[in-house]
Amino acid sequence: MSRPAHRRPEYHKINKDLFVLTYGALVAQLCKDYEKDEDVNQYLDKMGYGIGTRLVEDFLARSCVGRCHSYSEIIDIIAQVAFKMYLGITPSVTCNNSSKNEFSLILDKNPLVEFVEELPAGRSSLCYCNLLCGIIRGALEMVHLAADVTFLQDRLKGDSVTEIGITFLKKQDEKKYRRKK
Amino acid sequence: MADTVLFEFLHTEMVAELWAHDPDPDPGPGGQKMSLSVLEGMGFRVGQALGERLPRETLAFREELDVLKFLCKDLWVAVFQKQMDSLRTNHQGTYVLQDNSFPLLLPMASGLQYLEEAPKFLAFTCGLLRGALYTLGIESVVTASVAALPVCKFQVVIPKS
Repeated sequence: MSRPAHRRPEYHKINKDLFVLTYGALVAQLCKDYEKDEDVNQYLDKMGYGIGTRLVEDFLARSCVGRCHSYSEIIDIIAQVAFKMYLGITPSVTCNNSSKNEFSLILDKNPLVEFVEELPAGRSSLCYCNLLCGIIRGALEMVHLAADVTFLQDRLKGDSVTEIGITFLKKQDEKKYRRKK
Repeated sequence: MADTVLFEFLHTEMVAELWAHDPDPDPGPGGQKMSLSVLEGMGFRVGQALGERLPRETLAFREELDVLKFLCKDLWVAVFQKQMDSLRTNHQGTYVLQDNSFPLLLPMASGLQYLEEAPKFLAFTCGLLRGALYTLGIESVVTASVAALPVCKFQVVIPKS
């Protein structure tokens, strides 16, 4: 008995490509609609936000993660569970300050740019993957965490790595989250 | 590996942008926003690209009907994890592909609610079909209709030269 059609590896690749290609078509369309890079970036962030607010439910349903007790736990889950689940990659995590509310995700591989060699001409400020920032921001907000999420470095702009910076905006409620000694 | 749900979320967001600006006649800052033809055009480009990624042995079809069968089985399974439910033709270039539970309509209510909004959720896929056909050497016009969610019909018309 031959394998069912949907298990054939080439169809799995097509399915993976569908999101990446659709995203590319979206960015191309936005570049037609908006002259300024900042406007495209903002629109991508806004769309990502809308997706993130809904994606988080899907994520929580699939992953069954428990309650987090610190920002760094949350970041670890984003990097090691969420990114892995949806994009098949595991960014590495660094903490950028001593008050432990600023973090970075370093993306070594980025499936979203698989078919992109370089930014379009005249689009040097375009944050091609800005949808990701919006998604993270929207998802966090749905679990009552406000954060700034931006690209700090971008390989497409000539940097050596792609780095997403996440800064949690409200101080953790000490009473609620005090660790037991 | 990108989960299939990411595409569905992205598609829903793209359609929502259309919803937000329709039927607003004022173009607003930044020029033209999403419209049905824009969504269809994006689907076309993606369909072309997907068509190019199909396994080589599928590209030698004996006749037009084989291509449509391929879309109904292989392409639909690759993209939506299910086969098309029926394919009918008048053998004169018109094909009707029916999906009884089209995944992009499933999250909406079933039946007649949101019937008016359904075309927005089909435009991209019409373009996808048209783009895949184009890569396989066939020019076509693809439209879709919904009588009751989530059943929808895609009509493919291939003009005779």
